[in-house]
Amino acid sequence: MKHLITLKVNGDDYTVACDSSRTLNEVLREDLGLTGTKLGCGDGDCGACTVLIDGDSVSSCLTLAVSCEGKEITTVEGLAKSGEELHPIQEAFIEKGAIQCGFCTAGMEMSALNLLKKNPSPTEPEIRTAISGNLCRCTGYYKIIEAIHSAAETMKEKQ
Amino acid sequence: MDKYDIIGKSVPRNHTKDKATGAAQYTDDIKLPGMLHGRILRSPYAHARILNIDTSRAEALAGVKCVITGNDLPDIKFGNWRLFTETQDETGLARDRVRFIGDEVAAVAAIDKDIAEEALSLIRVEYEELPASFDIDTSLGKGAPIIHDPFKNNISVVRKVANGDLDKAFSECDYIREDVFNVHAISACYLEPCSSLAKCDPDGKITLWTSTQTPYMVQCLLASALGMRENDIRVIKPHVGGGFGAKMELRKWDVCAAFMAKKTGKPVKFTLTREEELATGRRRHPMRLFSKVGCKKDGTLVAKDLKILLDGGAYNAMGPTATFLCGNFGLMLYKYKSYRFLGQHVYTNNPPSSAIRGFGSPQSYFATETQMNLIAEDLGIDPIEIRRMNAVKTGDVIPELSTIGSCAFSECLDKVIEVSGYHEKRKNPKKGRGIGIGCYSFISGGVFNWFNTQYPFSAAEIRAFADGTVHLLTMASDIGQGSDTILPQILAEELGLKMEDIRITSADTATTPQADLGSWGSRVTLMAGNAVIDAAKKLKEILFGAVTAHYNLNVIHELECKDGRIFSQVRPDKGLTFGQAVALAQKFNRGVPIVTRGSYTPRGMGMVTPAFSFGAQVAEVEVDEKTGRVEVKKMWTAHDCGTVLNPVSVEGQLEGSIHMGLGYVLSEQFAMEKGKTLNTTFLDYKMPSALDMPVSESICIETYEKEGPYGAKEAGEGLVGPTAPAIADAVYNAVGYRCMDMPITPEKVLKGKKDSLN
Repeated sequence: MKHLITLKVNGDDYTVACDSSRTLNEVLREDLGLTGTKLGCGDGDCGACTVLIDGDSVSSCLTLAVSCEGKEITTVEGLAKSGEELHPIQEAFIEKGAIQCGFCTAGMEMSALNLLKKNPSPTEPEIRTAISGNLCRCTGYYKIIEAIHSAAETMKEKQ
Repeated sequence: MDKYDIIGKSVPRNHTKDKATGAAQYTDDIKLPGMLHGRILRSPYAHARILNIDTSRAEALAGVKCVITGNDLPDIKFGNWRLFTETQDETGLARDRVRFIGDEVAAVAAIDKDIAEEALSLIRVEYEELPASFDIDTSLGKGAPIIHDPFKNNISVVRKVANGDLDKAFSECDYIREDVFNVHAISACYLEPCSSLAKCDPDGKITLWTSTQTPYMVQCLLASALGMRENDIRVIKPHVGGGFGAKMELRKWDVCAAFMAKKTGKPVKFTLTREEELATGRRRHPMRLFSKVGCKKDGTLVAKDLKILLDGGAYNAMGPTATFLCGNFGLMLYKYKSYRFLGQHVYTNNPPSSAIRGFGSPQSYFATETQMNLIAEDLGIDPIEIRRMNAVKTGDVIPELSTIGSCAFSECLDKVIEVSGYHEKRKNPKKGRGIGIGCYSFISGGVFNWFNTQYPFSAAEIRAFADGTVHLLTMASDIGQGSDTILPQILAEELGLKMEDIRITSADTATTPQADLGSWGSRVTLMAGNAVIDAAKKLKEILFGAVTAHYNLNVIHELECKDGRIFSQVRPDKGLTFGQAVALAQKFNRGVPIVTRGSYTPRGMGMVTPAFSFGAQVAEVEVDEKTGRVEVKKMWTAHDCGTVLNPVSVEGQLEGSIHMGLGYVLSEQFAMEKGKTLNTTFLDYKMPSALDMPVSESICIETYEKEGPYGAKEAGEGLVGPTAPAIADAVYNAVGYRCMDMPITPEKVLKGKKDSLN
């Protein structure tokens, strides 16, 4: 059965009709065209589909869209302030060489955002733990960890 | 002052802003009007005859637009080894037989994914189950089921190498050792599942967007599989979420998408699930390696007799190349008076094995390097010393293959031993701690033209503009390794331009120059890099002529491109901006645009590769003697990749290799039961997470490889080779368990450890 739901994504309201079985990932990618959020496994294991819901990181592939009504959803498309001004996490990922194929990047950045909002000065083990649900085959995680460190510094300076 | 303006600098990668913001489009992100969603019906049997397929109920389901089976497709076989048509053993869908659990049997295209999925459940297939083989012993045994008719046995490819008089060489040895090693399958685990989207124009021409490493090969093979002409197929490679070798073939969903797009007149997209990827996707070859090595008392290697049986699974895929290359990896690191190799690629009813980062070398070096440690121990020689005394060096000739143009293997050994404190740690062992060594040599692209391309191996086109910019077009494929950055970086250095002055279009078979064999075997930097330099030289010749004419310079003046200017080296004031020179040259051409083309094909370089890279790696581990769990504390790497063109990119590749090598030896494996894969999620298939990664320290020993662009050669692929033997050696050093059968598991450590606490 289709439900008419309104999702608040990156500050904007979108009304969509969707089956109760549709995941948030499907609605974001297929209905709203927000394809920055990826689908790597569909089982909640790889983290490529990570988004923030009311400030917490979740796997959008395991979240039913109808359960998100009235909640604030942030996707990778909502990170940068504008086309010209990127979020410090994005800047750091680019500058530190943390992006190779880029398929894990959106999920990694969202997990990093979730971490840095709650813990502005994370230790390396804390960073590793925070992204341990995000798999990457290209980088060995080293430069991603470095980028999150660097983003933390920048974000503190900006505050 | 730096010798170069941009070579050797860590230029940030192109497209990273797109990837950081989510704007980068991968195949599954593309949605076309009226697009249908495809799904594939797979075989539940490892080996069976297809007696009948009834698709009528699926076709009757509302929303289903097309259902096809093998008999709808042309009866044409395909495979990457076009030069040897007998190796081409796949069709778009199974025709009369299925050969592994997951073999593609039928395809459905519907208006949405749920309907397509439901339609699959309505297809009735009658099978007659056949005896199956799940290991090489059964496949080679008497009365084995023959997996591919009309062959008489299950050996699909044989490779032999023989140098020198082997019997005589072994008779000169003071010491001979024979070992058997077994290595297992892993998944490439690229994060982006395979995806293809095909569109058919009203005139019948096909455009295919696909997550591939080899658009040109896909174009050619798709054309032949559909009985079409090459130029009627356009393959576009969008951003690709990693490939690691396992996306370098024409795949069945490519064929189905194109065929169904043609049949329905609507775009058709197939995207695989992770379950499909893990259960049926390409894997690293499991192998059994029989290695007999003889040497003198002092450790000087004399003879090697290597036999490898590869479990190829149900189809050849890239198995022929793995078989071919294993013969080379067996002798690339050390010198032997005589060497013999026999490689046999064996069909089984397992999911097909294929190319995965290293292409046979991780398996081969696990055996070579473990055996070197065994020999050193038997003879009471230092494991580093025995390597050093037998190491190949610059100028060495690998018989019948190639001459090593540059080699810093010994220097890598010295450096990695120094920085890791290997000898001190060996002398003063700590309980449960161990340190071990592994080494490798790798290729910088292949020479053997098994694809039988009729074009250069790599090509580049440069279009120059009067505004001081250029447009670089190449079929080279960036799949995350960074060629869309390295190639413009090389061009920027050649032309004295900045990265932002260069637009790049890559990997579109209709618009980029013919051709490029794709991203595999670490070929792109060297081959496409050389093609870019060739095109740049031709462009410079034109522009230098314009500047020479403009200033009426003596024809003996040498000119230079630097900082956006083109000028005489001896009279730098006599010069024009790059854009002015282009404008002038274009005027000389009466308006015809300035376009040059370059290419590269390795010639006179034997049969294997134009250049060899080298490296050595040390691992330090801590083994929990109660649980058998191995924790890798630190990896030290010293490698020779020629000139480092982009340090951060090289580091990134190296660090990724450690990840894959670590998973290979310690955590990744398939749980198989009669051809069925039991672990089909990332929860059960244990790829290392950020918590599993050791500290890593690396050093590049720079050499200059004269065949490579600016002296560069392979980086980061071969490095997946030494990690497993280094960690395995460290585990032996820690607890006395010597791994001969990969992977290392806590159970094996507990069973094999020598200084038991119990």
